[in-house]
Amino acid sequence: MFELSETPGDGQMSKAPGDNAFLSVRDLKVHFSTSDGIVKATDGLTFELERGKTLGIVGESGSGKSVSSSAIMGLHRGTNAILGGEILLEGVDLLKVSDEEMRKRRGREVAMIFQDPLSAMHPYYTVGNQIMEAYQVHNDVTKREARKRAIEMLDRVGIPQPDRRVDDYPHQFSGGMRQRAMIAMGLINNPSLLIADEPTTALDVTVQAQILDLLQDLQRDFDAAVIIITHDLGVVAEMADDVLVMYAGRAVEYGPCKEILTHPQMPYTWGLLSSVPDLTASTEAKLLPIRGNPPSLLNPLPGCAFEPRCDHVAKVGGDLCRTTLPDLTPATSGGNHTKRCHIKNADEVYEAEILPEIAPDLVED
Amino acid sequence: MFGYIVRRLMTAFLVVVLVSMVTFTLFFKGPSDPASALCEETGGRCTAAELNSIREQMGLNDGLVVNYSRFVKGLFVDREMYYQGEQMCEAPCFGISYGSRQPVTPQFVEKWPATVSLAVGAVLLYVIIGMTLGSLAARFRGSFFDRAVVGVATVITAVPYYVLALVAWIVLVLQLSIFPETGYHPFTDSPVLWASGLLLPWVVLAFAYAPANMRYMRGYMVESLGEDYIRTARAKGMSQQGVVFKHGLRAAIVPMTTIVGLEFAVLLAGTVFTEFLFEIDGIGWWSINSLGNPIDFPVLNITGTAAAVLIVLGNLIVDLLYAVLDPRVRLA
Repeated sequence: MFELSETPGDGQMSKAPGDNAFLSVRDLKVHFSTSDGIVKATDGLTFELERGKTLGIVGESGSGKSVSSSAIMGLHRGTNAILGGEILLEGVDLLKVSDEEMRKRRGREVAMIFQDPLSAMHPYYTVGNQIMEAYQVHNDVTKREARKRAIEMLDRVGIPQPDRRVDDYPHQFSGGMRQRAMIAMGLINNPSLLIADEPTTALDVTVQAQILDLLQDLQRDFDAAVIIITHDLGVVAEMADDVLVMYAGRAVEYGPCKEILTHPQMPYTWGLLSSVPDLTASTEAKLLPIRGNPPSLLNPLPGCAFEPRCDHVAKVGGDLCRTTLPDLTPATSGGNHTKRCHIKNADEVYEAEILPEIAPDLVED
Repeated sequence: MFGYIVRRLMTAFLVVVLVSMVTFTLFFKGPSDPASALCEETGGRCTAAELNSIREQMGLNDGLVVNYSRFVKGLFVDREMYYQGEQMCEAPCFGISYGSRQPVTPQFVEKWPATVSLAVGAVLLYVIIGMTLGSLAARFRGSFFDRAVVGVATVITAVPYYVLALVAWIVLVLQLSIFPETGYHPFTDSPVLWASGLLLPWVVLAFAYAPANMRYMRGYMVESLGEDYIRTARAKGMSQQGVVFKHGLRAAIVPMTTIVGLEFAVLLAGTVFTEFLFEIDGIGWWSINSLGNPIDFPVLNITGTAAAVLIVLGNLIVDLLYAVLDPRVRLA
């Protein structure tokens, strides 16, 4: 069913020794040249992902989540974006393959589902037509076969009466059904990597859970690697094996999901956790937003990008936060957990100051 | 859907009736008096008694309402009219031309094909040119090609139409003889003559209309190419051509239909200057010639009513096309 054995086309083999990761992104840079200067939307992003695993990329708007995933899809080709680094998919650098080769991989090996399924589907073509198109682009089949396959996929993603709904237009679908149809479109060619860009943001909460369940089911069936982009830590907690927290185009914390959610060591991650509403808290409890605004990517600060918004600068001696960009270093808890922060005893600060605020009942244990 | 069309047709009918009433009133209350012109022409000296007898015979003394109801009745029943003697005016009667002294309806039927030929050819030509250039300019937005097309279009738009048409005629027909003599020959007589006589007017009209349509098309394409569904189409692995000329074009064509449909209705109602300059005996030229002394009201009446009908119907057809082209516009 899968095209695992497929030999890469004209893509260059640049496999590093000992690197067997299914997807390996190394030092990815996506810069945009504008009249005001170079915008570093993504700068030096590195992560790995295995088949069957899910990576959650978290961060606020403009942190470079979507830009990075578009780079994996090759969607920046033909724009003024300047790309650097490597995106190795089964050893093939997607940044180096030809446009035509990338086009052939798009939708077949790497598929993407988008945030708002209403605007992401063409309003003048039927849902079936658009799903069939995704199949026909990569498979030399008749219209009838493609239609049959589209109905199969609609059935698989849980659309009732798929043989009739296949002829509906997107506006005749509900929001949840549209997202299901988008998923059907994304998975119709059995891609080995699926990127879901905020797949549940435009949906109401009950439908969100259904869509996440569906994604997990399908991931199991198809053994696909999934990147889920979100700013919803609930989604991350449910879906992700690994979490990558992005801020101002860089990874600021990266590691196993459970580790990141229970022992975060970067003040920005603390901020994200603090701003999640707690249903069990009293109605008087205030949400704690992260103060300030996201930084300009045009003139990045020399030091830590989060420094102007960080409440913990005083814990680092001198001007270090303002002058020096911290490296992504292993966290004190070890493992594969890395963080980009100067604070030495971040785990202690978290236990002492942050945890009591966001989950007081956990502290007493 | 059926009920909607019926409702729309009823409003369309009301609009046409209103237009005809206003036209009739303006003429009847206006300064132009066909009776006095006729009176002076016949007798040399026109006495008050003679004038009054002519007015009486033409029915002009009977007031606006009576005259309008006679006109309406004449649309359905043959009617006797007086203009230098009795004449039979067959239904639908729009009156007898003060100039040619003939009923205007048969003349309209005779002249309209020229206008239709002119309009159809011009629309086909400029829609093809405008939409092709516009979508290509959007596809290669920011390129030299895009800038060149937009620049040339701006220059052409800045030239007044009568200058453009006049210069084209003087240079291309009179001086260089690149284009054949213009004029209208019925298609059924000789398709070759028909086409050669209309060739330059088509080209000139297309030249005048294409730039604006190119700009509209480019704008709508740029807009549609920025939509999320274009990114989805690319993410599916569609080729760039497929993305632009299937998904992008499909969305841009819908608003273009409105513009072209209404332009077409206006062209069908007569292109005054084009017909006049290129000696095409259509209804545009006919109506401009009717503005003498006295104003040839029956001619103006029929061409004006035709224009109203065409524009109202054009609007209706455009709206119905919208429902066909845009599945979201489903009418109950």
